[in-house]
This record gives sequence, structure tokens and C-alpha cells, in this order.
Amino acid sequence: MVPDAELPAGPGPTRVEPVWALGAAIILAACSLLGILVGAADLSLGSVLAELVDKVPGVDVSSDLTTREAAILWEIRVPRMVLAGLVGGMLAIAGAGYQGVFRNPLADPYLLGVAAGAGLGATLAIAYFPGATSWPVSPLPIAAFVGALLGVMVTYVLGRTTATTSSTATLILAGVAVAAFLTATQTFIQQENSETFREVYAWILGALVTVGWSEVVLILPYVVVSGAALYLYRRLLDVMGVGDEEANSVGVRAARVRLVVVIAATLGTAAAVAVSGLIGFVGIIVPHAVRLVFGSSYRVIVPLSLSFGAAFLILADVVARTVLAPAEVPIGVVTAFFGAPFFLLVLYRARRSA
Amino acid sequence: MSDVRIAEVSVAYNGTRVVDRVSVDIPGCSWLGLIGPNGAGKSTLLRSMAGLVPYEGTIVIGGDTASSLSRRRLSQLVAFLPQRPTIPDGVRVVDYIGIGRTPYVSYLGAESASDREVVSTVLDRLDLAEIAQRPVTSLSGGEAQRVVLARALAQQSEILLLDEPTSSLDVGHQQHVLELIDELRVERGLTVVTALHDLTLAGQFAETLVLLDRGRVVGEGSASTVLTQERIERHYDATVRVVEHEATGLTVIPVRTPRDLDRGAR
Repeated sequence: MVPDAELPAGPGPTRVEPVWALGAAIILAACSLLGILVGAADLSLGSVLAELVDKVPGVDVSSDLTTREAAILWEIRVPRMVLAGLVGGMLAIAGAGYQGVFRNPLADPYLLGVAAGAGLGATLAIAYFPGATSWPVSPLPIAAFVGALLGVMVTYVLGRTTATTSSTATLILAGVAVAAFLTATQTFIQQENSETFREVYAWILGALVTVGWSEVVLILPYVVVSGAALYLYRRLLDVMGVGDEEANSVGVRAARVRLVVVIAATLGTAAAVAVSGLIGFVGIIVPHAVRLVFGSSYRVIVPLSLSFGAAFLILADVVARTVLAPAEVPIGVVTAFFGAPFFLLVLYRARRSA
Repeated sequence: MSDVRIAEVSVAYNGTRVVDRVSVDIPGCSWLGLIGPNGAGKSTLLRSMAGLVPYEGTIVIGGDTASSLSRRRLSQLVAFLPQRPTIPDGVRVVDYIGIGRTPYVSYLGAESASDREVVSTVLDRLDLAEIAQRPVTSLSGGEAQRVVLARALAQQSEILLLDEPTSSLDVGHQQHVLELIDELRVERGLTVVTALHDLTLAGQFAETLVLLDRGRVVGEGSASTVLTQERIERHYDATVRVVEHEATGLTVIPVRTPRDLDRGAR
């Protein structure tokens, strides 16, 4: 008699194969290490590794970093790398979530007015509170965060009240209208306060600026909560692929799933945007690249997008910091410049192997 | 257990009644064919039975009033396939069929071993095991239709609602799919309700036909009572001949009258 456990369970649903998870972890670790090694001060790999291992509880390894070097590592390099990882991972899974619930491959986390709302909030803060850098809490991220959430809320309310059917197209169109209106307002305020032009422009192109760990602490709870929600919803995102009606017919309330995913993705995106400006492209190319390489199931797309999104933005930040050092290139420029050709390469290879 | 009672059901879209006080009793393990011209309300009636559109009246499924059941419970009792199911881009056969297990998987959970076993049994039963890993969109029309049917079977509901299950298939595949549905109906004791355009096939497979026109039932009964030349010509605005043959049953043939032919020649 064969015990139950040994019976063939049959072909299982798509999942993250252990070898993929291992590969993704190695890539993320390598990019993270690169992120903390590269910079103006020359820190050697050996001493950085020793310093990192030393932080593991119960392990005592002495590194030969000076106090100043250790401070550079722990107060500048590591928080910046962690922030890049959080922002990149968050934007990538938020993009995946939006693409899933809107069944639209072009959906990105900025679809429903997040970007325009955050842009308006940031511009208002820059224009009317220019001296606020000395404040205990900078108003810029808060204004951007609130603007992003308001933008999406207005879009959602308009989309729901004007919709005659439950079509997602109405919601997306409402997003286009709201974004256009908010951008017009933002541009007007920017023109009125032309001395802010440079600062607003730099923010819109995306910039990771860290003051110690405060930005990381600021966005971490949002990334954890919305990341967990999107991860838990990965199977339902697959079900959403068959359309609202058929999802309903297998017992899933599609409108509710969409609302939860949009809230989770929007909160995370708004938090990311608040500390990094508008970093384009990550939310679209990372989930698509994962989809092309590893398959179309969100059980794979969500976790791997988190990992590869983080790795991608850490790498992009390294490039942004080094190309014109000591000046920084806006990170949004880097993500597009390297992301677009990379994406075309993935697309080309996926078509050839199909 | 799996019988369905539809009593005085009406459905309105934007104030227009598309299903108008329809009452039909469907005994368990039977096959009911809904027929009628485009816009007669066949699809809408199926959707109301699946709880996908709001309706007035009462639908009783296996003794329970459908409107009192949760969305999830209803999905365990009733499986619905629309005329053109949406196939997610790139989805593999095994994952697509697994979507049918959703009413049994906890809200944020994953398929259990028994869910996987149901999927695997369905794959074997419908000869899909060999293509289980292929993307659904890469399959032929006949294979894809079997995959869609497999998803509905994985739902393990006793009532199967199929909207035009053969609309995109050639004549051979139409017969194969309908034969398969009939075999499964007998094997698993399913109650099958299909909307069908092909009146000949509807008459051959369904035990009872319900003819709808402008949302109302205008004929109900066996093929030979419902499929009369007079009825079809009136409700479909068509010109047909109905041929009944002892061995092959009833056939509905569209014809061109000499007047039509004459007009065509000019």
C-alpha cells in the first residue's frame, strides 16, 4: 500500500521554483553589495564584508574601517541602498498589481493620478515653503504623499460615479482627466514661481536623497503593508485575468479585489514617490521582464518583481551617482536609459524562444 | 438535488426588460437547451442563474434560494461559461483550469493537494494531460474549448451553464464537444443548460428546449414540439424547412426561396 504522500499530486500550479528564488536572492545581494561599495570614499570589499558580518548578532569580527568610514557605510551608503531597494521593489510590485487588476499591460503605478497628484503636492511645497529644509520634518515628502493619495481618490470617485458599467476603462479615463488637470495646475504654479523650476524639475525626474535612515523609516511601513497585501493577493490577481464577470462566477468579488489592490499599490507608490520623486519605467518594465522570462502567473510575478525591482533600482542608483560624479544624474533618466534597451533585449529573446 | 426552479424571473438593463417573467423548471441531471433569436435573452437568463446580473423573481437551486447564497457557495453549485471566455495572456492550461478551484480555495490561500488532484483528474478525463504546460492561447480551437470546459468541471458544481459552447468550432468539433458534455452529464449527474444557435444540434442534445423571444418563453418542450417550421419562421424571421427522419432525428435547414434566389441573381 502506497501512503498518500507518495501518490503523484499531478501537475501543480505555477510557483516560484527554488532555483529562481535562489537566483533572485543572489542577484539582489550582489547589487546591494555593489550599491554600498561604489562611491566617493574608497571602501574595500573585505572590510565592508567584515563590517557587515560584525553586525550579525553573536558574531564578532573586527573590520579595519575607521570611524569615519564606518559612518559613511552605515549613515550614507547602506540607507541609500536600502531606500533604492525599497522604492524599486515597491514600484515594481505596484505596477504588477495595477497591470493585474486593470488587465492592461501598459498600466503602471502612476496610472490613476499618483504622479500628477504627487507632482502638484511637491511643487506646492517647493514653491510656498522654500525655507522648509530647516524644519524638523520636511514638508516635501508629506505634500507629495498627500497629493498622490488625493489624486487617486478623486480619480476613483469620478470613475465610479460616472461609470454606467463596471468597466475599468472609465476609471482609467478618469485617471487621464484628473492627471491632466493636476498637471496643468502644477505647471501653472511652477510658471508663477519660476525660481523653483530647477528644483521641481529635479524632483520630477526622480532623485534618491537620504539623510541617514529617516527616509527608510518613513516608507518602510507602507512598503511592508502594501507588499504583504499584494503578495497575499497574488492568486486572486491570476483569477482577475479572466475578467470581472468570470471572476465573479468562480466566487471572487472582482470589484473588491480591484479596490484592495489599488489601495495597497497606491499607498506604497505614494510613499515611494514621496521620498524619491517620479522614477519612471520601473513599474512597467520590471513586471514585464519577469513575465517574459518566468511566465505570466502573478504567483511568480509579484515576488520576483519585488526582488528584481529592488536590484534594478539599486543598480540604477549606482550609475546615477557615478556617471557625472560628484554631480548626480536624475535616477529616472538612468532607469529609462538602461531599462528600455534591456527590456527590448528581453522582448527579443522571449520572442525567439517562443 | 441539482434541480433548478426559475419562477417569474425578470432582468432589466437600463429600464429595458431583456428577460420578462420567465418561469422554467429544470429537473436534476437533465439538459435544457435555450434557443431563440439574437437578443431574445438567452445569455441574460443564464447570467441570472449564475447570479451575475440582478434580477426580480426567484431562482431556486437544489432547494436553496439562489439570492440567499453567498457568492462563493453559489459558485460551488453553478459553473458558468460565457460565449467567449477571456483567456489571460500566456496562461498555462494547468493554471487556467486551476482557476475553477477558486470557490474552494480560501480567500488568500493557495490550492491544496486535493485541489491539485481534481485538476489532474479533469486533465486526464478531457485528454489534456499532455498539453497541461502549454499556454492556452497556443492551442487549436477544439483544444481550447476543452480547456475552458475543463475549468468549469474543476469547479465541481452540479449545474453547468454554457453560453454557446460550440460557436467557434467546426461541425466535427461541435459534435465532439457536445458529446463530451453529454457523457459528463451522465457520468457526473450534471444538470446542463446551454444557449445554442444551431437548432439541429440543440434538438439532438437537449432533452427539453425553451424558445425565448424578446425575453419571454414562447415555446417549451421536446424538440419535435418546439422546432416547428411555423414557430422558427415567426420568431427568427427565417425561412427554413424542418425535416424529421426516423434514424437521425430532427433537422432544421435554412433555405433560400425562389424569390430570394431570383433577387440574388440580379
